[in-house]
Amino acid sequence: MTTISRQELARRIADDIPSGSYVNLGIGAPTLVANYLTEDREVILHTENGLLGMGPAPEPGRVDPDLINAGKQAVTAVTGAAYFHHADSFGMMRGGHLDICVLGAFQVAGNGDLANWSTGAEGSIPAVGGAMDLAIGAKDLYVMTDLLTKQGESKLVAECTYPLTGLGCVSRVYTDHAVFDVTGDGFAVRELFGGNTIEGLRELTGLELVDATTT
Amino acid sequence: MIDKTVASVQDAVAGIPDGATVMIGGFGRAGQPVELIDALIEQGAGDLTIVSNNAGNGDVGLGALLAARKVRKVICSFPRQADSWVFDGLYREGAIELELVPQGNLAERIRAAGAGIGGFFTPTGVGTLLAEGKETREIDGRVYALEYPIKADFALISARTADRWGNLVYRATARNFGPIMAAAATTTVVQVDEVVPLGGIDPEAVVTPGLFVNRVVAVGERPWLSDGEFVGGVDIDGRPLPHPDAVASSEDSRTEGAS
Repeated sequence: MTTISRQELARRIADDIPSGSYVNLGIGAPTLVANYLTEDREVILHTENGLLGMGPAPEPGRVDPDLINAGKQAVTAVTGAAYFHHADSFGMMRGGHLDICVLGAFQVAGNGDLANWSTGAEGSIPAVGGAMDLAIGAKDLYVMTDLLTKQGESKLVAECTYPLTGLGCVSRVYTDHAVFDVTGDGFAVRELFGGNTIEGLRELTGLELVDATTT
Repeated sequence: MIDKTVASVQDAVAGIPDGATVMIGGFGRAGQPVELIDALIEQGAGDLTIVSNNAGNGDVGLGALLAARKVRKVICSFPRQADSWVFDGLYREGAIELELVPQGNLAERIRAAGAGIGGFFTPTGVGTLLAEGKETREIDGRVYALEYPIKADFALISARTADRWGNLVYRATARNFGPIMAAAATTTVVQVDEVVPLGGIDPEAVVTPGLFVNRVVAVGERPWLSDGEFVGGVDIDGRPLPHPDAVASSEDSRTEGAS
């Protein structure tokens, strides 16, 4: 295998989230990371609609329509949770109070630019939600994504061609092939998964990649 | 004696004119003041500008207001959702105008209006399509874009509990835009499960002080609560779940029908 599964990737990201962190997990694949935050660590999950201390989905019959996450799915509140209004919630992001945010991406550029809200397709209805606030707010922005699109194009690029979500905001990219650090003027490979090699990744991405693997 | 309570949802939305700007609370369906929106549809005001995070879910609430073609423009952050078919249709036929605002900028612009702020510089959106043409300024080495407040003629919001002075307590993530919209509108209308006597809300627990509220109407407890306690038994849209026996018997009948 040259790639790892989405579940394995979620587990890998969870491993990098230290106890005591305040973390926002974006809609979609990043929510899987919550499944691997083990109980020996207290990690407090933030959801933009106004909750710190988000817990897992409730059992059937215990769904509370007043208690949802950013994806508008039913969730629970852990013991010690706090509710707040939207301006406070986004102040937590914009004000740099969250430690880590994990988001999906269409493209990430070597300067840390992120494109994840719109493909710019003609006739599509635009919707941005909290993506731009999340992108520029957290101390560290991790992207969780497949390295390649379904068409086989690299999501790591020299320059984003899709509409931007935020400038210079991504610190690290976790893909199914490897983990990449954003250096500001390119990408450094931090960890290889499966049978991947630096040379192979250079071919897949068309980018000059720095070898920063430590093993 | 100050008494902001009104007897009916019809009284609560009285006087909203054609062409008004109306804020509508809620994030998705949570905190959406569905009874007030239904009363507004019945009241008939049109050519409205709506400020809300989303642009309707399904055929109820804001979705129904849009379907009734009472809305000229929507200012929101996330119109396109799995169940936003009413908005999608109107947008594609060119029957509704959209101003798309990043969610945190939407919240802060509403907050600014209520707080008397004339504008603010924010980093959110800088360098993107949504800040194109906006004035920017570098402060302490970071680039910010100028955003202006959003105020409204009316705000329609929902809360859990009010007293006759209009002090409000919310419930869980249904709080969302309620407190900031209450402050940003000339006339703030609140639907609550319950109105309690003055003194029935702990002053330490008041989230929105009554000063920001003009009209309060009690619409009764939602099906997932009983005397203020969560009892469940509903789906995410608040519809009661079928009784387990009923599910079993309907599955039986489907099985029988298929055999």
